[in-house]
Amino acid sequence: MRPFDVISFALQSLGGNMVRTVLMLLAMAIGVAAVVLLTSIGNGAKLYIVDQFSSLGTNLVIVIPGRSDTASNMPATLVGETPRDLTLGDARALERHASVRLLTPINLGEVYISWRGRERAVPLLGATAPFLQLHFLELERGTFLPEEDMESTRPVCVIGSKVRQELFGQQNALGELVRLGGFRCRVIGVLASEGRSLGLDTEELVIVPVAFAQMLLNTEGLLRIFIEARDLKMMEELNTHIKTTIARRHYGEDDVTIITQDSVLAAFDKIFNVLTLTVAGIAGISLIVAGILIMNVMLMAVAQRTAEIGLCKALGAGQGQIMILLISEALVLSAIGGLIGLVLGFCGAWLAVQFYPTLQATPPAWAILAALGTALGTGFFASLLPARRAAQLDPIQSLARH
Amino acid sequence: MIALKQVSRLFSVGGQVVRAMDDVSLSITAGEYVSIMGPSGSGKSTLLNIIGLLDTPSSGKYHLQGHDVTHLDDRQLAAVRNRTIGFIFQFFHLIPRLTAEQNIELPLLLAGVPRQERQARSAPLLTAFGLAERKLHRPDELSGGQRQRVAIARAVINRPAILLADEPTGNLDSHSGGEIIDLMEQLNREGLTLIVVTHDQAIGQRASRRIRMVDGRIASDISG
Repeated sequence: MRPFDVISFALQSLGGNMVRTVLMLLAMAIGVAAVVLLTSIGNGAKLYIVDQFSSLGTNLVIVIPGRSDTASNMPATLVGETPRDLTLGDARALERHASVRLLTPINLGEVYISWRGRERAVPLLGATAPFLQLHFLELERGTFLPEEDMESTRPVCVIGSKVRQELFGQQNALGELVRLGGFRCRVIGVLASEGRSLGLDTEELVIVPVAFAQMLLNTEGLLRIFIEARDLKMMEELNTHIKTTIARRHYGEDDVTIITQDSVLAAFDKIFNVLTLTVAGIAGISLIVAGILIMNVMLMAVAQRTAEIGLCKALGAGQGQIMILLISEALVLSAIGGLIGLVLGFCGAWLAVQFYPTLQATPPAWAILAALGTALGTGFFASLLPARRAAQLDPIQSLARH
Repeated sequence: MIALKQVSRLFSVGGQVVRAMDDVSLSITAGEYVSIMGPSGSGKSTLLNIIGLLDTPSSGKYHLQGHDVTHLDDRQLAAVRNRTIGFIFQFFHLIPRLTAEQNIELPLLLAGVPRQERQARSAPLLTAFGLAERKLHRPDELSGGQRQRVAIARAVINRPAILLADEPTGNLDSHSGGEIIDLMEQLNREGLTLIVVTHDQAIGQRASRRIRMVDGRIASDISG
């Protein structure tokens, strides 16, 4: 038989029983759509995270107190245990090197901020002037922390737009004195309303000079130190500089974890690839269910069409030909169902983007191929058994029925 | 053309062996018109199935057009059936979702004949059998007689040497049945070997050679 004839024969026989065909198409389409949609969301989540991190700049180095002996690019080290604190002294020592363009020590805690009887708890970030540049933050009005010695405890603060809105409403915030923890502190700037940093919403953030933060939070230790290398080529040099400086200051131990942007991105990329694959696997189960349904319905179809199969045999179709006819039918069905599923999946992904614009849910190319491939594969394997059964039908007995 | 030598066909039914054909030897020459009659279970359908290569003998030899076809494999048997033998069944066995034309072309479709050639070959048959206006209709839109004419057209479209009909009028009224018999006899006069299995005495008597089977054996074989 000619391939075109095989396909049109398959289409005609699928058209001969619309209910059965629509049900199988539905099962196949749902399976494929699930794979496409779930991998899209996984992919979108990955892109989101990667985007968040690359907004920090690629020649950024993060120094975290404490060191774990596992592979240093694991995100678990982001919250490493601290045997010995990183101090402002360490930061000052690290700053003095040609490879360092920008450096800011960071401290983080939570305090109460109040103004004229209004009070709320806010995340408090201690930093220095370069933080603005390092994190690509923008000011809505006022100025950022002044360029001065990092030991300065000048009581000034820069507040997020939401904090401003909640404390001051329509009133002017700049120059006002707020109460921060036990101290009075002057508002010198307001951050623009967009952006996230360190996984914190900058809208809710209050930023003060790092030494002032240490005083407020009553701690000597730093959460981490952000350093931007002057040049990507100087990363290696900077790395050595950090290690030797810390070792010198920490009695011979370089007990810090150094995270570079690349390693963090690579780790997240890996994690999200695994997550996406897992999700795709779960969605793949629905394709297998669809396959079993196809097998079941094909078996019924063979039983229903016994006479027809017997007739084809009498008219000169061999066992192989009968198998080809039935397998083609399943493949045509899977292909159509798969295509419908792709369309549904893309529509779903598009809808997801409409509702959550931050999540750029686009299905990865491999997922489309994998979903279609699995659909065809399932159709093929699911039709083998029914096709064999049909091929082995005895034409005399099949024709005896009517 | 057809030569059976000591052919037996055994079935085992519920542990018991049934001899549907018992040591039958038969020879049919090209262009003959043969009827096979006999009571139910006499083995006449089994004989027809063996001649039509739908069934294989348990023992004995079958030569078709000079070739030994006793031990062909499935694929070869299918090919011989496609080229050499046309079947007509009591229940027509048309595929309900295909049009009359597509049903007629089915053997050509299975043999891989291109569409243009299929239509070139079915068109004269449709005209000759009075089906030209019904060619785009599906079987459920055709009368019994028309359905059986479609089935005959399908049986002869590949220009077979032998036409095998199993109770071809069993499901038709006497008028349509008569038409079908006339059509088959006309094909026989054009050179086709015609073998008809029937219960109907009147139809059986029309054949120039009449074989009567009883208990898996040929009880009588009368020519003329």
